[in-house]
Amino acid sequence: MMWLTWRQFRLQALVIGAAVALIVVFLLATGPGLQDEYQLAHEGFLSRISFDQINEYLYIVGQAAVYAAPPVIGAFWGAPLIARELEMGTHRLVWTQSISRTRWLVTKLLCTGLAAIALTGLLSLAVTWWADPIDDALNHGDFNGVFNLPRLLPPVFGARGVAPIGYAAFAFALGVAVGLVTRRSVVAIAITLAAVIAIQIATPMFLRPHLMTPLQASVIVTAENMRGLQLSGPETNPEVMRIEARLEGVGEGFWKISENTVNAAGQVQKTLPDWVVNCIPPPPGGPTGEGKIQAKTAQVSPTVTACFQRLADEGYRQQISYHPASRFWDLQWRETGVFLILALALSGFSLWRIRRDLT
Amino acid sequence: MTAALQAQGLGKKYGRRWALTDCTLDVPAGRVVGLVGPNGAGKSTLLNLAVGMLTPTTGSIEVLGSPAGSSQLARIGFVAQDTPTYARLSIADHLKLGASLNPAWDKTLATDRIESLGLNPKQRAGRLSGGQRAQLALTLGIAKRPELLILDEPVAALDPLARREFLQDLMEAVAEHELSVVLSSHLVSDVERSCDYLVVLVDSRVQIAGDIDTLLATHYRLVGPRRDEKSLPHNQHVIAASHTDRQSTVLIRTDEPILDPAWTVTQLTLEDVVLAYMGRSSPSKQNDRPVLEVQR
Amino acid sequence: MIEFHLDGRSGVSPYQQIVQQVRNALRLGLLREGDQLPTVKDVVAQLAINPNTVLKAYRELEHEGLVSARPGRGTFVTRTLTDHSLAAHGPLRHDLQRWLTKARKAGLDDESIEALFMTTFRTAAQEDIA
Repeated sequence: MMWLTWRQFRLQALVIGAAVALIVVFLLATGPGLQDEYQLAHEGFLSRISFDQINEYLYIVGQAAVYAAPPVIGAFWGAPLIARELEMGTHRLVWTQSISRTRWLVTKLLCTGLAAIALTGLLSLAVTWWADPIDDALNHGDFNGVFNLPRLLPPVFGARGVAPIGYAAFAFALGVAVGLVTRRSVVAIAITLAAVIAIQIATPMFLRPHLMTPLQASVIVTAENMRGLQLSGPETNPEVMRIEARLEGVGEGFWKISENTVNAAGQVQKTLPDWVVNCIPPPPGGPTGEGKIQAKTAQVSPTVTACFQRLADEGYRQQISYHPASRFWDLQWRETGVFLILALALSGFSLWRIRRDLT
Repeated sequence: MTAALQAQGLGKKYGRRWALTDCTLDVPAGRVVGLVGPNGAGKSTLLNLAVGMLTPTTGSIEVLGSPAGSSQLARIGFVAQDTPTYARLSIADHLKLGASLNPAWDKTLATDRIESLGLNPKQRAGRLSGGQRAQLALTLGIAKRPELLILDEPVAALDPLARREFLQDLMEAVAEHELSVVLSSHLVSDVERSCDYLVVLVDSRVQIAGDIDTLLATHYRLVGPRRDEKSLPHNQHVIAASHTDRQSTVLIRTDEPILDPAWTVTQLTLEDVVLAYMGRSSPSKQNDRPVLEVQR
Repeated sequence: MIEFHLDGRSGVSPYQQIVQQVRNALRLGLLREGDQLPTVKDVVAQLAINPNTVLKAYRELEHEGLVSARPGRGTFVTRTLTDHSLAAHGPLRHDLQRWLTKARKAGLDDESIEALFMTTFRTAAQEDIA
């Protein structure tokens, strides 16, 4: 049965294996160079390495590849596993030899699933290792061009560490289950691709923030730390919807989950009082009305100062929930765990469902 | 000797339709059983139940003395309808598949057979003709060294030469390995040559089942002056009857000799018997004739 | 070694056909004492018939004392049915040809000739039994 699994699987395995190998080779070739460069001097590291196009290119390719691996594996390894046998009628041949369907599926799931995990793991860990100096620099506040997201933030998190392994296992198990239920390869491939991509998008929004209880910080907005305001309404009489402040003192590379303005009693304010409009530093030529105004350096003006003072005096503060950069691996393991459990559940479903009548 | 196949009140329902109803069979081992009936009669359903691809809705089915299912797979060879094969795998790959999935695989038998068929082991199964694919499927079934070989219309899509060659090889395997065979077919001429036990399935029910020699010895055509078939003695079971204004032709089954001198009695061919049972109206229209007949 | 064939339309069961073909072969001297009959496997591989059919035919021939089965070796002829009347075939054929010419001259077609022959043949056979 192992031979048969390999024989049917070998083309798909070699295609993905070759792609992964190619990327890993490039990463292995350039990785040590990056590390040496970083050892030399942390200062200005990112702008130095930006000179070599290849570094920017590999950074992007690595990220894209790790994100692409789970849906591709789920769709092209998982979806056709059972669906193709049913479509072609070969299940009538292979399920009437001497082994039961359950044993057939267990062997296929284990062998192909482990291959999925191994290849995705190899790719992800290679990318993580390669990008380590970059991620470290970003976590110390450096940034340059394409290198601007710390690894805890959503677009990068899913392309680092062990989380992609969880996604790959889940995507594979999902593909197999969808293929079993739909019985058509093409339909199963399409559904699996769409579902896995949707879940990759939804996870940082709905699951990841809650994997650990976020830390809370209370910040009083001042002219120095205000990042911006969100206005709406007519030009002459705008309404302040939101205000944002920079979170300081918790290091770099943290992931802000949410920010709300609360009053002295601790209630979340949906909108802010009218007079907060005065906190906007007047740009040359008057306020421009709707939209966010970046006020990185507030101009010193008595109205503005008084406004901020009033905000502080009346007890308004920013309630910010966030995960610090140190939680990277904790979140990684938890997220991987969730998806591995889902993968097991889906596999269990497939093992149960395959015993139904299937002529 | 354990029966090759035994069914008790076996029924299978798909949604609202009964594909197989109240099927009771006791097929002895060591026979070549012909399963005949029109399309949709339930032949494939019965065979799929025997190999465990389906589970019964009602009743039970046993093969080689044990309930049908994965525990029996090693003892049964199955050639499915349209003889499915892996198009991208070569013949040699298929043999390797057989070897890796079957504990009792006879490698020499398989390779010798492929060689004597003149097939190139490196050729992909997708490139083979229908007859060659059927022969490959038969090889896979036989090389597993089963006690019972089940074939679901294996020759339906083959040209006459391929069909004849397939049956020759099948019969040779039966002679050599003392297999029991259950073979479903449309073609009564094939059944006549190669089978010694007959099961007729019409409208999801077994119409008649028995040893072919016995069936031929106990079925007759009676031709004579016009007469109501209900007036025949009770030991003569009427299968079919047709009348003109002057003449009656009645097909009967009986164990007793026919004594009435008014009848001209002729023997029937197997095709006559099969057609008579296939042409019978559904059981609800028959009044008191039992539908299930098992003869030894 | 002889070869069998099967006539699907003759109305005679397969096993009877085999028995008859063996008898004919013996009669015509194609099979002699000590000759081996084709193995069951060979017959079945050639004709695609049920092995039991062949076994049944060979058993009947054995019952008639014409052949004998030797386990592990095959089935062999023990007695022939050579027609000692072979010598008489020549003149009889000659007579028959003359009779046929007469029948045609009298205006009989093929079917009538055959019918006449068969009824006379059967009646004579009945009389023989009686």
